[in-house]
Formats: sequence, C-alpha cells, structure tokens
Amino acid sequence: MSTRPLKHKATVMDEKSIGQALRRITHEIIERNKDIKDLVLVGIRKRGVPLATRLQSYLKEVEGSPIPLGILDITLYRDDLSRREDQPVVHTTDLPFDLNNKHVVVVDDVLYTGRTIRAAMDALIDHGRPASIQLAVLIDRGHRELPIRADYVGKNVPTSRSEQVEVKVQEIDQDDRVDIMEDLTE
Amino acid sequence: MQALRRKDILGLEEISAEEITLILETARSMREIMQRKIKKVPTLRGRAILNLFYEPSTRTKASFELAQKYMSADSVSVAGASSSLVKGETLKDTVRNVEVMGVECVIMRHPVSGAAHYLAQNINASVINAGDGMHEHPTQGLLDLFTILDKKGHLEGLKVVIVGDVRHSRVARSNIWGLQKMGAKVVLAGPPTLMPPDLEGFGVKAYDRVEEAVENADVVMALRLQKERQDSGLFPSLREYAEIYGLTEQRVAGAKEDLLIMHPGPINRGVEISSSLADSPRSAVLDQVTGGVAVRMALLYLLLGGIKEE
Repeated sequence: MSTRPLKHKATVMDEKSIGQALRRITHEIIERNKDIKDLVLVGIRKRGVPLATRLQSYLKEVEGSPIPLGILDITLYRDDLSRREDQPVVHTTDLPFDLNNKHVVVVDDVLYTGRTIRAAMDALIDHGRPASIQLAVLIDRGHRELPIRADYVGKNVPTSRSEQVEVKVQEIDQDDRVDIMEDLTE
Repeated sequence: MQALRRKDILGLEEISAEEITLILETARSMREIMQRKIKKVPTLRGRAILNLFYEPSTRTKASFELAQKYMSADSVSVAGASSSLVKGETLKDTVRNVEVMGVECVIMRHPVSGAAHYLAQNINASVINAGDGMHEHPTQGLLDLFTILDKKGHLEGLKVVIVGDVRHSRVARSNIWGLQKMGAKVVLAGPPTLMPPDLEGFGVKAYDRVEEAVENADVVMALRLQKERQDSGLFPSLREYAEIYGLTEQRVAGAKEDLLIMHPGPINRGVEISSSLADSPRSAVLDQVTGGVAVRMALLYLLLGGIKEE
C-alpha cells in the first residue's frame, strides 16, 4: 500500500488470535442472522477476500450449508481518485448471485475512516437491493470520518493517525499477522 | 499501482507493452460492468467529453458514447458535416471553443493522417485518436488485442494474419504495432497493389495468396475493402477480390483448428468474408465490439480517472 518508510511498533494479532477472532465472528454471524439461507458474503479486495473465504469455510463447518461468496473491487467508487499520486489498478468484481433480498455480510481487513465501506455500499446497491448490509472487519482502528460502524469486529485497536495497521494473510503474504507500523515521515 | 502517464492516446506506435498490458487488464474489469443490469459506475461523474467525428462511424462512435455514459461522464457529440467546420472554422478553433466550455477530453476521428497529433499539441484537453486518415486507429488495435488475449489466453508467439487493403488501413497499422509489441508474429496477405510499399520497415512479410499466409495461423483478421480503391483502379472488381482473397472456410483450412476470425467492421458480407464464416463459432466479430466498449472505458478511466495536474 505505502512506499513510505515504516517502523514496526507492535504485533497485535498472530495466526492463532486471527483464527480465534474469525471463528468467533462466524458464531456471531449465525447468532444474529436467524435464517442464514439468505446470507451472502462479499469480500472487499484485496485482503477482505481471503478473510471472507475463511468465514465461508467456518460457516460451512458449523452450519453445514455453503454460503455464497462474492468479490468486490471498489476502485471505481472511491471518492479520492483525483487526489492520489498513483492510480489504482481496477480489478474485477465478481458477484455470482442476485443481491435482491439477500443479507450481505461485507468483509474487510481494516476499518478506518469508513470511506471504503461507503464505496462498497454504493457498489453493492448498484448491483441490486439487498435486504441488509452488515460489516465484518478483522481490525477496527478508529478515526471514522463517516457515520459507519462494524457489526462484527475481530479486534479493536486504537491507533494514532501517524500509525498504519498492516494486515498480512497467508493467502497473499504467506503469513498471518497484524502489525502496527509507525509512519516515520509524519 | 501504475498509471498511464500520458495526456493522450494517439497511436500504438508510441505506447509501451507495459501500458498496453495495463489497459487490457483494466478493460477486463470494465467488461464486468457491462454485464450488470445497471451499467453505471460513478467514477467519471461530472467530467465532460467531446466526440468529434469528421467521418461516418457506427461502432466507434456508439462505443465511445456508451463507454462515457457507463462511467457517468457527460458527453457531447459533434458530427463534422453538421458543425461549423462546414462554415470554414479551423480544427484548432473548433476544439478550443469547446474546451473553454469545460471539456476535458476530445475523441476525434479525422480524414487527415496526423490530425490527432496536431490537435493534442494544440489543446490542454486529453485527445483520443478514433482514427486519423490512414495513420492509426489505436482503440481498434487495443480492442483487437483484448479480444485475442481473451480468447487465446496470451498474445506472445501467436501467428496473426491480416488480410486485405493493408496499404490504406489505419486499423492494420495499429494492429501491427500492437501485436508486435506484445510478441505476436504478424503476416499480411492481399493484392500487391493494396500492400504498403515499405514492409521491411514494419518487419512483416506479405503474401499474395491467403492460403499460404494462413498456414498454422492462430488468428486471421479481414480488413474492409473500400470501394473507393476500386475506382482508383487498385483492384478490378469486388467479385474478383472476393474470389481470390475473400475468407471462406475453404480458404482458411490450412490454419489451426481453433483459428480466430476477426473483422473490424463494417463487414461487406460475401466480399472480405463469407457470411457463414462471419457467423460461425470461430468468429469473434461480436466479441470485438463488446471488447471495444470495455477498452474505451478503460482508456477513459486511465486518462481521466486519476490526478489532474493543475
């Protein structure tokens, strides 16, 4: 994400705690959604996708039935495209199901300002009319700039604006961990 | 994260293979949007684009207009014949006038080779060349590359045959540049009177028999035969052209079995290509058109979607 120099400050989650958090979220999702037959998972690129995939398999372990999984790329819905120095590459969105009347659980790695989730909601609503949209995140780092909140949180990690939360997942980074990094240029 | 660090898209001669790869990758994501019920993303909301077509066009014009609308941009189309160009207004003036109305990008098709370059140098807005004389038609080249890549999975090492009036074809030129940059091998076939004079410069071989040229070919692209060339005596008749050079199942029998058939359109059925071949399962003609919208959406995003230098 950033090519600025970062210094490692702390590791707040490791492979074990990530697994436990996701399993807990799985149970919370089942608890809150009485009938999971209309539930679908949508992972936000990039790291929301492997996290959503894991939730899908945990949900299957517990409930038996497979929950449909979609992939969302929100690049075209960002509100900051003209302010970026580099231009984000647009990857495909793949929602292989009808969204109408479904309960969508959006999955992302870190919840920060809330702008990504705002963009995700706009993108989803362009695809149909879900019955509800819920949000599951691995980390909530505070500093919301929009009135957005997560329904399911792996871990709350208060941070300062000069810090960055780096989530690594096995599927992409060959490691499972969450680190707090200090941005040295701030 | 890369960007297309250029103001304009004027030709494939000056675009790098990395940029082409970025455009094709972006186009893949854009195509998904066209498959939705609500074909709209808000990315270019409120941005204004001018389509300036001095020559007739069905595909390219509609394709650009739809690409703009799918990206939520505002677009205005001016056909040369019905504009003040008829009253003698210069190209530069025309566009500068429109630019001060807030237009950020001009898509232009013009009968004079080099017109797009001229325009790009004289206005601040981005320019996308929709075909300039016999010079280049870069968006067609890109959509052809996109179609081939989509169907074949790769471009490198493929043998692509371009058949027809290469000499007067801006589509052929853009395709030759693009295909060679991406590692494909290009071979030409057509009447010698319709081949460009200096082929060694292009690094391509020309055959005057299609059957020879298509040996083991992966792709064959038929170019439109322009009747005007017949009037200048460059080929005797449409019937004779069709008999010797027209693509039919028989004529392309020496190519690979999964041969891809392409044509930029509009097709002269029974002349450059038989109806049955044009409508066969190996024909990618309609996929080219779909890909065209996706590629144009990608270009608009890459040129306009990012940071603007003030």
